[in-house]
Amino acid sequence: MSVATLAVLTQTGWRRWSTYRSAALAGAVTNTVFGLIKAAITMGAVGAAGGQLAGYGPIEGATYAWLAQALIGPVNVFWSNDLVERIRTGDIAVDLSRPVDPQLAYLSADLGRAAFTFLPRGAPPLLVGALVTGLALPANLLPYLLGIVSIVLAVIISFACRWLVSLAAFWIIEMRGASTLYLMASNILCGLIVPVHWFPDWMATLAAATPFPSMLQTPIDVIMGRDTGLAALWLIGVQVAWALGVLLAGQLLWRLGTRKLVVQGG
Amino acid sequence: MAELTTHTERPTATGWASPYVALVSSRLRSQFAYRRSFALDLLGSFGVGVIEFAEIYVIFSSISVLGGLDFAGLALLFALSNISFSLADLLVGHLDRIPTYLRAGTLDAFLLRPLPVLAQLVTSDIQLRRFGRTALSIAVLVVALVVNPITFTPATIALLVITPIAGTAIFCALFVAAAGVQFWLIEGSELANSFTYGSSYASSFPTAIFTLPMRVLFTFVVPAAFTAYLPTLLILDLPGPAWTPAWLGWFSPVAAIVSWVAGMLIWRAGLRHYTGAGS
Repeated sequence: MSVATLAVLTQTGWRRWSTYRSAALAGAVTNTVFGLIKAAITMGAVGAAGGQLAGYGPIEGATYAWLAQALIGPVNVFWSNDLVERIRTGDIAVDLSRPVDPQLAYLSADLGRAAFTFLPRGAPPLLVGALVTGLALPANLLPYLLGIVSIVLAVIISFACRWLVSLAAFWIIEMRGASTLYLMASNILCGLIVPVHWFPDWMATLAAATPFPSMLQTPIDVIMGRDTGLAALWLIGVQVAWALGVLLAGQLLWRLGTRKLVVQGG
Repeated sequence: MAELTTHTERPTATGWASPYVALVSSRLRSQFAYRRSFALDLLGSFGVGVIEFAEIYVIFSSISVLGGLDFAGLALLFALSNISFSLADLLVGHLDRIPTYLRAGTLDAFLLRPLPVLAQLVTSDIQLRRFGRTALSIAVLVVALVVNPITFTPATIALLVITPIAGTAIFCALFVAAAGVQFWLIEGSELANSFTYGSSYASSFPTAIFTLPMRVLFTFVVPAAFTAYLPTLLILDLPGPAWTPAWLGWFSPVAAIVSWVAGMLIWRAGLRHYTGAGS
């Protein structure tokens, strides 16, 4: 297994998703429509709080909503059933016979997917946001550079978490309960519905103990320059720790799962 | 096409409804066949409702009034909007699978049968599991009715009865319109979702927080405000924002009828546009 192999897999991930252009367009429209509504809600909430809410003014609140809508495509905080289906149908045997580590192979493909969806799904909500509400973005380059690092890490963490939960399919047949729980936890705790900084204390503590804020809240904080310098580096360090930790947990669980797996037929 | 076929050719011993009764009961039997799986699905649908309500809970942990409504008022708005949307989703939500039918050519089978296509599609896959979200919304409604300062007059009670019916009808019409548009868009299910789910999302917040163009859009173009917000204002005896006064809340049945006419026109135009998948 080499880096070149993984790079090829990343390209195939890009190609697979770039084939369906109209689907990407439909996704961008959806994200933009929800962005309009969410920006109105965050601005309304900031206005009701007297113009400032946990460091967000009205435009910052709207920017948060637009950035969140731009990033959910690439980061994919939702659920994907691909691996679960492969385990259930036994197709996973094909993955096991390949001379590539399955987790890294799927991660590479997911990075390709994220790289493709970044512009077609991310740019339209941000453009509409800039026109409708205006965006509060920093004027210097550094937050964006750090932001790109943070987004890549967010994609990796999101993949690693979905991978880890999907592996439960080795032991349980009906995954709908698990996927719903995951969807609830990730959607609420990543900051998709409202910024994590607005959470009441008990929910903020709960969120901080999970990798979910690292999927959406952290990249947005870094890009918006809410945290700069050492504080931003610390956030990225937390992301690195979550990425490595969850990937490693996925590797261990994969070994346990495949030891138990029996695939019938030839 | 299918509409042109007369029903008189069929043996109609038990009336026109019998094929639908057969279709729906077969769907219900199949969904109840795996009880534990069905229970998990119900729970999942309940969970989606919890996510939606969590948003309102978190927002109100730091503010006390949003768009003229307090937490209790917004809970009432949330409940009315979500009861209607989840019931519409249960009844016709599966219409958003039309793109799959079009791609696979399965729609042609529906066209061959001597029943209206839309009625067949609606009865062919009613999703009872979506009642989970309705159940959560009803629970929120009960609490909201207790904690809000509501004087229960015949008018309030009439509103509480009319609103979920008209609201469900409006959301059903939106699903039908979105399904009709699918005949022109290939791979457009997500686009349709932004229309239906977007309206549902917008309807669970006070329209007063939107800018005037969006408020007009979500009241008079897509009648989302009629499903919950305007009736909520009437129930709580609050005035509405500019351009959408509270008394409009009495007109949700009218909005439902207009939506259905528009939805059916779009659906019929879409079905006429359909030329088959060549299968």
